[in-house]
Amino acid sequence: MTALVIFGIIALLAIVVVQIGKLSDLRSKIMGEEDIQYQNNDITGKLLVLFMVGFLIFCVVSALYYKNWMLGYGPLKSASEHGGSIDGLFNTTLFFTGIVFVVTQVLLFWYAYKYRSQRGRKAIYFPGSTKLELVWSIVPSIVLVILVANGLIAWNDIMADTRPEDNALEIEATGYQFAWNIRYPGPDGELGTKNYKKITGLNGLGQDWTDIKNLDDFNADEIVLPVGKKVRVRITSKDVLHNFYLPHFRVKMDAVPGLPTHFVFTPIKTTEEFREGLRQYKEYQAPSDPNDPASEPLWKTFNYELGCAELCGIGHYSMRRLVRIVSEQEYESWLASQKSTYMTSIRNSDEDPFKGQLLDVEVKARRDAFFSEVDKIIKDDNLIGKEALRLENIQFETGSDKLTAFSKYELDNLIELMVNNSTMTIELSGHTDNTGDAAANLDLSNRRAAAVRDYLVSRGIQAERMKSVGYGQTRPVEPNDTEAGRQKNRRTELRILSK
Amino acid sequence: MAEVLENKVNLPDVDQLIREQGYDDHFHEHHHGDKYQSGFISKYIFSMDHKIIARQFLITGMIWAVIGGLMSLIFRLQLGFPEENFAWLRPLIGRWVTVNDAGVGTITPEFYYAMVTMHGTIIVFFVLTAGLSGTFSNLLIPLQVGARDMASPFLNMLSYWFFFLSSIVMLLSLFLSTGPFSGGWTAYPPLSALPQASDGSGAGMTMWLVSLTLFVVSVLLGGINYITTVLNLRTKGMSMWKLPLPIWAFFTTAVLGLLSFPVLVSGFLLLFFDRSLGTSFYLSEIFVGGQALDFAGGSPILYQHLFWFLGHPEVYIIILPAMGIVSEVLSVNSRRPIFGYRFMVYSILAIGFLSFIVWAHHMFMSGVNPFISNFFVIFTLIIAVPSAVKVFNWLTTLYGGNIRLTTAALYGIGFVSMFISGGLTGIFLGNSAIDVQQHDTYFVVAHFHIVMGVAAMFGMFAGVYHWYPKMYGRFMNETLGKIHFWGTMIGAYAIFWPMHYIGMAGVPRRYYRFDTFEAFKHFGALNKFMTIAAIIVFACQILFIINFFYSIWKGRKVTSRNPYNANTLEWTTETIVPGHGNWEGNIPTVQRWAYDYNKDEREFIPQYVPVGPDEKDESH
Repeated sequence: MTALVIFGIIALLAIVVVQIGKLSDLRSKIMGEEDIQYQNNDITGKLLVLFMVGFLIFCVVSALYYKNWMLGYGPLKSASEHGGSIDGLFNTTLFFTGIVFVVTQVLLFWYAYKYRSQRGRKAIYFPGSTKLELVWSIVPSIVLVILVANGLIAWNDIMADTRPEDNALEIEATGYQFAWNIRYPGPDGELGTKNYKKITGLNGLGQDWTDIKNLDDFNADEIVLPVGKKVRVRITSKDVLHNFYLPHFRVKMDAVPGLPTHFVFTPIKTTEEFREGLRQYKEYQAPSDPNDPASEPLWKTFNYELGCAELCGIGHYSMRRLVRIVSEQEYESWLASQKSTYMTSIRNSDEDPFKGQLLDVEVKARRDAFFSEVDKIIKDDNLIGKEALRLENIQFETGSDKLTAFSKYELDNLIELMVNNSTMTIELSGHTDNTGDAAANLDLSNRRAAAVRDYLVSRGIQAERMKSVGYGQTRPVEPNDTEAGRQKNRRTELRILSK
Repeated sequence: MAEVLENKVNLPDVDQLIREQGYDDHFHEHHHGDKYQSGFISKYIFSMDHKIIARQFLITGMIWAVIGGLMSLIFRLQLGFPEENFAWLRPLIGRWVTVNDAGVGTITPEFYYAMVTMHGTIIVFFVLTAGLSGTFSNLLIPLQVGARDMASPFLNMLSYWFFFLSSIVMLLSLFLSTGPFSGGWTAYPPLSALPQASDGSGAGMTMWLVSLTLFVVSVLLGGINYITTVLNLRTKGMSMWKLPLPIWAFFTTAVLGLLSFPVLVSGFLLLFFDRSLGTSFYLSEIFVGGQALDFAGGSPILYQHLFWFLGHPEVYIIILPAMGIVSEVLSVNSRRPIFGYRFMVYSILAIGFLSFIVWAHHMFMSGVNPFISNFFVIFTLIIAVPSAVKVFNWLTTLYGGNIRLTTAALYGIGFVSMFISGGLTGIFLGNSAIDVQQHDTYFVVAHFHIVMGVAAMFGMFAGVYHWYPKMYGRFMNETLGKIHFWGTMIGAYAIFWPMHYIGMAGVPRRYYRFDTFEAFKHFGALNKFMTIAAIIVFACQILFIINFFYSIWKGRKVTSRNPYNANTLEWTTETIVPGHGNWEGNIPTVQRWAYDYNKDEREFIPQYVPVGPDEKDESH
């Protein structure tokens, strides 16, 4: 039915249109074609001028109306160091082209009106002038030289890569359908290598975990950068082309699979400062939710954003990440709160090449923890002979008293303790959980404690300084009803008997 | 219409002059019975007559323009009214509108991107290349250079039918279950190479590649014909410097097409290898659909170089014919010689040459070495000089004229206005530093729609209104034409002017919706405005189509052989719509350039009129 009505309306319109056409033909027949021609010319000429005036007013008024929404004007001045030169160049170009635009449009429509065909008018014969041609070749050339020179200076400046003395922060943005992965280099300041063939569910970028630089790299949900610091963004893609686009910073670069690109920029305004800048403009005092007048004003909800500016598939429009520019201190505290991807999701998983080994940092951390506990005991006479210290990472083969290679890390700490404190005497005690026969457990714990002692003896520590004892399952530290509890109960302990 | 405007000046009788001075090539002695045009099929379907082929290109182009225009309305609806219920579109586009339980219909992103892609492909290639250059090169080259037909009428016929075949393949791809290609008209790999990355990159992309390869064959067959005809079949006396400007434009266009389209095909071929044979020309280190692919060592940027090596000349392939047409229309209607004829030719040639060394300005932000961009910035901005020369020459052509403001002339003026507006924004984009910000935003969309979409369309309209009598022996209705002009002129600016603002606000193009970003979502009112303007402009084009078809049968008849008092040879044929061979007797010979308007007491002096003894000839 609707289709029928629409069809009817279209048909009716077609008839009206044809009738208008017929009428105009009829009119020229009645009035004489020549008169109608001149009359039409006159009307059309006036309409052209009217259009020109209306068009130019529309251009100026609408541009002023939307000015504060456009980047580079009002509050949306560039938030990066290099962006100012882009905005400046835009305005220089706007100045020259604006003049040309107005002059040529005015002349075009004015000539069309002024020289419209009229009774008795004869056109002039003026087929060309080399002088004029030269004028309007050379004048634009001069203007273009100015624009090109400024443009290229700005361009080469913007595109210059970082030098070592810039001490720039390098982060990595990887586009994929349809999101961004943001990677920070971690404390070592260097991004680890990656290989797309190593991508797995846990390892979204295909980071090569044997590259030690990867181990402290972390992924962030948002880009957080310290204000005033030069940043080099390494831009890569996992699948199709994307484009790393930060409109407020005038940053844009394609992400190309197989070919890393980069963009260097320096943020100069924190998010808070930018919000303050917006605050005074009435456009940004409007509620952020147009349907809810009580919602926060726009300036308050403002955030820098990262988007995609290269068609990458059906989710192209949704690749958003927040960008937060903060002070140096805020940045440092944010950094401290970030955990490396390796440690949070890879460590000791099947993908971890260092599974079953302690990393240097872990060895060092354990050593520090070990000696600080020892120190605590040594300094307090009340604890000596009483306080037991759990030896981490001492492992035996299942059901046996044979030490695994992994135990070496803690044993090294123990040796260091005994060598540095040449008079110290200690007790090494073995404990088990309550699985199996209690007598067998007691025996096993005895043998395991002795195995530790024997190892230390083999490394040159005097046997008489060390006592080994097995307690079996008699001294649990946790209830034995969970695996976690039983795990805690299977242990070797150290007690310092004398300094 | 116009013939009554002017004083009747005593000109020598055309027929007598052609009989006496014309060139007798014994054409009609060899073509008894006219084997070319005997039956309906050989006359109207598989015709080898350049004028029929021109009409075939025009009408096919018009059909594609309607389809391409409707596609733009669909995605404009999505952009202007993202929250609206589009369930009513379901009868038209079926499952591409998903209807939820509450009965609210949503245009799917797949369909949105398919429409954006098809709109671009169709308008750029089928409408503004085939429809514009195909139509007017065919119609005007033989008529204006004084030839019986194209150098090879058979290849000319093939040119149209390859275009037709290409059209059919593209049309069929719209009905694939996985949808047509949806990765943008530039078809950048890896998106276009990997069906895993986008549904449209499967069968849709295959058909897209097949269609465009056929299209290139069409362009090459046409182009080689146009070049040969202009070089070899000019009538006696028609030196290159006497050629009317449209011919210079069509000629340069054909050269550009012949040099650049094969590069596109080579780019497509490598893409085809990557898609089907597992090569790695464009692909490297890709992880998609949960799988690491084996491609290694390719560069997606290589495709962009090959594509834009055509792509940039292509925009001049689109705009040069429009420039040529407008130069002629403005000159004839302002009754003034085109100002600076030789400089107009030089600027066409300069633009044509420069168009080959600026392609990477589309790629400033695509990861090419920024040092290379320095050269492309310089060459790109140099193009502004010949462009400025053209604009000032058009303005000066109007200056001091006696301008008949016919619909064709209005479209000529509209063309110049659009070319200025869109050309000037090119100076922003060609400067790589500004392009950092403006690249792939709506500023670019506004720029190229105005300068090559709307302007080229205006050139096409100027040509259709102006040479309609040559095609159908009748005039199109002027009143409807003027309504069409004003609706289109005001409407086109209403659509594309505000796009600059959205672009300057940083809003990227090819977004399905804007509300995901705080920075991009504040232009709902502008987007609605542009959508409504687009609907109105489209409605105005229906007016044009009604006028076009109505006038074929019912338009006012042309009574005089030279209704515009124009100088060029197409107005010397015995019948206003020439038959096969164009001239029944001798071919007219050419004595002077095409632009002697109001040179002396004679209001116009056609090209076949001999130069008087004490007369200065502009072409020497």
